[in-house]
Amino acid sequence: MSSSQGYVKRALSLQKILLKYRDPLLARKLVDRIHDLSRRVDDKVVIMNFCGTHEHTITYYGIRSLMPANIELVAGPGCPVCVTPSRIIDYAIKLALDEGVIVYTYGDMYKVPGTKYSLAQAKSLGANVRVVYGFNDAVKQARSDRRESVFVGVGFETTMPTVASQIYIGNVPENLAIIPAYKLTPPILKYMLGRGDIRIDGIILPGHVSTIIGVESWLFLEGIVPSVISGFEPIDILISIYIILKQLVNHERRVINQYRRVVQFKGNVKARKIMSEVFNIVDADWRGIGLVPKSGATLADRYSNLNAEMRYHVRIDKSIDVKPGCKCADIVLGKAKPTDCPLFLKACTPERPYGPCMVSSEGTCHIWAKYGGYNEVK
Amino acid sequence: MYVDKITLAHGAGGYETSLLIHELFVKVFKLKNIGDGIGLNELDDSATIPIGNGKSLAITVDSYTVKPVFFPGGDIGKLAASGTINDLAVIGAEPIAFMDSIVVEEGFPLKDLKKIINSYKSILDEYHIALLGGDFKVMPKDSLDQVIFTSIGIGLVDGRPLVDSNVEPGDVIVVTGPIGSHGAAILASQLGLEDVEVRSDCRPILPAIRIAKKLNAIKAAKDPTRGGIAMALNEFAQKSHVDIIVYEEKIPVKEEVKALAEMTGVDVYALASEGQALIVTSSDRANELVEALRRNGFREAEIIGEARRPIGHKPRVYLKTLIGGTRVLEVPRGELVPRIC
Repeated sequence: MSSSQGYVKRALSLQKILLKYRDPLLARKLVDRIHDLSRRVDDKVVIMNFCGTHEHTITYYGIRSLMPANIELVAGPGCPVCVTPSRIIDYAIKLALDEGVIVYTYGDMYKVPGTKYSLAQAKSLGANVRVVYGFNDAVKQARSDRRESVFVGVGFETTMPTVASQIYIGNVPENLAIIPAYKLTPPILKYMLGRGDIRIDGIILPGHVSTIIGVESWLFLEGIVPSVISGFEPIDILISIYIILKQLVNHERRVINQYRRVVQFKGNVKARKIMSEVFNIVDADWRGIGLVPKSGATLADRYSNLNAEMRYHVRIDKSIDVKPGCKCADIVLGKAKPTDCPLFLKACTPERPYGPCMVSSEGTCHIWAKYGGYNEVK
Repeated sequence: MYVDKITLAHGAGGYETSLLIHELFVKVFKLKNIGDGIGLNELDDSATIPIGNGKSLAITVDSYTVKPVFFPGGDIGKLAASGTINDLAVIGAEPIAFMDSIVVEEGFPLKDLKKIINSYKSILDEYHIALLGGDFKVMPKDSLDQVIFTSIGIGLVDGRPLVDSNVEPGDVIVVTGPIGSHGAAILASQLGLEDVEVRSDCRPILPAIRIAKKLNAIKAAKDPTRGGIAMALNEFAQKSHVDIIVYEEKIPVKEEVKALAEMTGVDVYALASEGQALIVTSSDRANELVEALRRNGFREAEIIGEARRPIGHKPRVYLKTLIGGTRVLEVPRGELVPRIC
């Protein structure tokens, strides 16, 4: 019996559930209501979706084409590999090439350009780079391999528990270390709202992140900007846009949980507890944005023996996050669209990405390139 | 650097493939067609050589490298025979004779090779196609993966070939049945999803083309193999300078194919079919065509969209999504599923 037994059966039953959230009639009604409300709000409304996966749904289902002229949907910073600084990639490559360390990475990170090379290019130069689906696979492989290895620890609060739990139960073999480059979502939104140069009239908050951190982690947005924790199906997104507009009409600024089938007020309490044991909150470097206070996580002192940066004292002299001409930093902040970048689909394509936003399936440029998001279709 | 090397994406039949083909062949060769026949410039499913009296010979060649060699719904032999017939059929040719060239890895079981050749033979017999000859070679173990099966098809076109550039604004796009099943079956096999009840749709689509020709309800046709209908529709649009709009709710896709595509993050419109055709016909013949197809075994035939005068300077394919949104259906990029055919 294969472990995949029932895979498609499960997928099929999921498909049936999902159909409710793709219902054409319901979508039509919601779009009509969004148009009604759009006539009762100010001249222009900018709604930012935090998640790359929300951007995928918006583009894949052509939701922008259904929006009234005064409602603009803008993609935000929710692509973890896009905001991981070059230094992390450079560091992993140097460990692999100079020290002969095996590097485990998520597939998303594999082709992201560092200062000079991506991990994929480093592999063709002889680096031992292995793509894994998750930290568990890295643990398994490292244990049977017994060779010195590192795991590139990138992601938001969604991926952190998978690493935290293995560390917490003492399941990480001695020969495996972690390069901790985790990023936290509430602090980056706080930072963006505080900058003053980014227009955000409403926020579609991340669904999977909120599953972990709970509704309560977003309450700082109450009184500041209408916000909705949203699911990832088109009906979810349309409802979330509707709720934001409704709040704007009523002059409310609240945090609403639309994704109640998954997200709870306190989130995943157990995961949060383990995360707080395993990680320390630190100031973190966001690619193209710079240092953002208390927006990252590294391993807590008692686990510093698993921290690659404590284990290998390799120096990265100078790393470059934003190459000349690349607008990724502005795109991640919602200040520019991929089409504002002169390199988009010219010098930067999914086949030959120049900037990090063109690599991951959560990167705005990649999504627009693949699903035609750059065409203004009405 | 690695970007100067051939990648699997170059063989995926999408954007990278067409760039490479232009670079290596179209721009390089001087003599690219015979008389007013279809040649290298057109990059159609088959080439033609005019033989007088309004008739032409149609010729096509395809190398099959599918992995696994035996898959749910067929094998590399059935795929080679069907694919070659289909490439002839969609330009309006009746297949008459084939040749083959098989390269086998040392150590490959003889009984499997017999099975493959028997699959090829059964289809040639069924359609009264002669095998005129071929080539057979063996390479040392590990220097290739099992079998490469090359199939050459020769057919006869009576009248004007059905070229991809025949589509006009107002024309209607008909699909003969559910799309993406072959790609999904191969994807499932390659991922080791053994419980999967996804079968390849691999078969000759000549009967569907014959129905359409008999009704005089066909202007152009394509079999949406590598790159799926996303690629095929874009080829129609670019070669005919028309916009094409297709409606997601009308496009037949088997539930299990949809589920698999969704779970693996592969766009279902970029998944290959090996037993369906897109048929372009004028709007006044479309309903009649669909009814005739449905009556004759193509029960899920459907009108999925239409061609329009281009609204931009570049012809595009638009997809009206399930929820009523509109997006551009792009030429697929990157490596979708390697070694699909």
